[in-house]
Amino acid sequence: MSAADLTPTEPTRRPFTGRRVHFGDLALQLVAGTAAAGAVALVGLIVWKVIDGARPAIDNYGLGFVTHIAWDPVKNVYGAASFLFGTAITSLFALALAAPLALGIALFLTELAPRVLRAPVTALVETLAAIPSVVIGLWGIFVLGPVLRDHVEPALHDTLGFIPLFGTPSSAGPSVFTAIVVLTIMILPIVSSICRELFLSVPRELKEGALALGTTRWEMVRGVVFPYARGGIAAALILGLGRALGEAIAVTQVIGGGVFIHWNLFEGGDTLASKIAASYQGADSNVQVSALVYLALILLVFSLLMNVAAQWIVRHVARRQGVGLDRAGPG
Amino acid sequence: MSAHSLTKASLRAEGLPRRRAVNRMMESLAWLAAAVAVAILGVVVYSVARRGAPALSLDLITKTPASFSLTPVKQGLANAFAGTLVLVGLATAMALPSGILVAVYLTEFARPAIRSAVGLALDLLNGVPAIVIGIFVFGLFVVGHGQSALAGSFALACLMLPLVARATMEVLVLVPSSLREAGLALGVPRWRTTLSIVLPQTIGGIVTGTVLAVARVAGETAPLLFTSSLVGTKVSWNPQHALQSVPVAIFELAESPDPQDHARAWAAALVLLLFILFASLAARWLATRSRSRMGASR
Repeated sequence: MSAADLTPTEPTRRPFTGRRVHFGDLALQLVAGTAAAGAVALVGLIVWKVIDGARPAIDNYGLGFVTHIAWDPVKNVYGAASFLFGTAITSLFALALAAPLALGIALFLTELAPRVLRAPVTALVETLAAIPSVVIGLWGIFVLGPVLRDHVEPALHDTLGFIPLFGTPSSAGPSVFTAIVVLTIMILPIVSSICRELFLSVPRELKEGALALGTTRWEMVRGVVFPYARGGIAAALILGLGRALGEAIAVTQVIGGGVFIHWNLFEGGDTLASKIAASYQGADSNVQVSALVYLALILLVFSLLMNVAAQWIVRHVARRQGVGLDRAGPG
Repeated sequence: MSAHSLTKASLRAEGLPRRRAVNRMMESLAWLAAAVAVAILGVVVYSVARRGAPALSLDLITKTPASFSLTPVKQGLANAFAGTLVLVGLATAMALPSGILVAVYLTEFARPAIRSAVGLALDLLNGVPAIVIGIFVFGLFVVGHGQSALAGSFALACLMLPLVARATMEVLVLVPSSLREAGLALGVPRWRTTLSIVLPQTIGGIVTGTVLAVARVAGETAPLLFTSSLVGTKVSWNPQHALQSVPVAIFELAESPDPQDHARAWAAALVLLLFILFASLAARWLATRSRSRMGASR
């Protein structure tokens, strides 16, 4: 075979030469690859830009910002400690309330629900996730807040008032407690829909084997379903926590605000995210804007850590069980 | 021998009644949890409908808010509805093509290592709180240039991108490889196989994912607070200015001391909620339809 045989004599007929690189292939791969690289770069850009914006505050206050309780635009003294505390207390309590509920919902949908209820209830729980946070917040201000203030908070204070968490309810509407309930509602659908998919992935033989050994349904769930899905449940809870940390709007609307650390859930407070959202009109000095971006940086670090932790668990623990959390996102 | 192990007394000794009682309690708690979730949804939707319906009128969409609210003129939120259309439209225009391209690259071209790295980046992007996206775009575009609907829609697009990309990837992997192979075997170049054989199969899934993403960002307030919130009361379609949006309008009206503003906030919330519920239903319907069509074509 000479080289001349490989060159086509007729330009309209292309010879089959094995791998041919088409210009179109290269172009599509290049364009699509650029888009993918852009998505990665976007994450880097977000981190860089937020660090950049926070730099004046970082230079000014250093890491002491994190432990300092202050937010005084007049004296230009800022610190994040009270917001960190508020974020921790609201999101952890919300998770503590949402976790058993979400597990219950997921068990109901996978093990208990009659066939006719399964699809509609699944759809309804997912619809709960679709309600915008500003609408949940509006409902929190005018419907949930007053109910909690007039009925639930006094009742909890009267019966459990010896615990410092359930102190004297403030007469104003907003409270940390309202924010906790709102956050619980907002993370409930995400955690429960991930758990539902995890429970669906538990092999039928394992469940039936346990039942055949004479366990009750609950014993089967405790002995087979929970251990099997343990890693995934942990990841789901961490993702729920990350969602609770970052929720700004609904929390701003119901939490009331305030720069102090106290254990009384029935008074106002602020979280990192709610402080940022609440300051969107008032921030005029550069120092204050930079301090707000510093808050956003702390929030970003926390949420990235949460997500990386959840993904790590999925990749190292849950993958062995053939479980993916691809649908962990909202919607 | 084995007969005695099934007597009532021995079952009692093994604690069967207690075990049954525990089981029954746990089952009822699971029922209760599901009932609570459905009840919350019901209460929220009912409250929004009951408080929003009285203030709902055509004026809400066609009239603009008065400059100062002492005048008893009919007021609406036309500026907010127009702004949301512009913001969400521009965000979709940015996020939809790039999201599809990212998904095409990851499913059709990328090596597994790159696929998992970019997939992780998408998950991280999805996990960045909306308010932080707002601060990021504020630092990127707003500082020095002022707020604009372009900046706002870029922030919304950052939220949409991972949603669209994930949804597209989910349907792209469902396309049977025999289709790709058939195309390639006929001598169709890879790029044409991808664009005119593989992608058309996934239109249903992409539309579903896009509708869900639009429903999600149409209700987002946090990314817009720092990027497109300092606005006038006129209706404007110019994306170079900051535009009002429905969620931001609800957020602001809810903080106002005027009960009339609250009524308008509820009415706007009702419109927003109806749109989102309708979009979710439509997406669900499209998803089942395209899934059954895909199943039939295989």
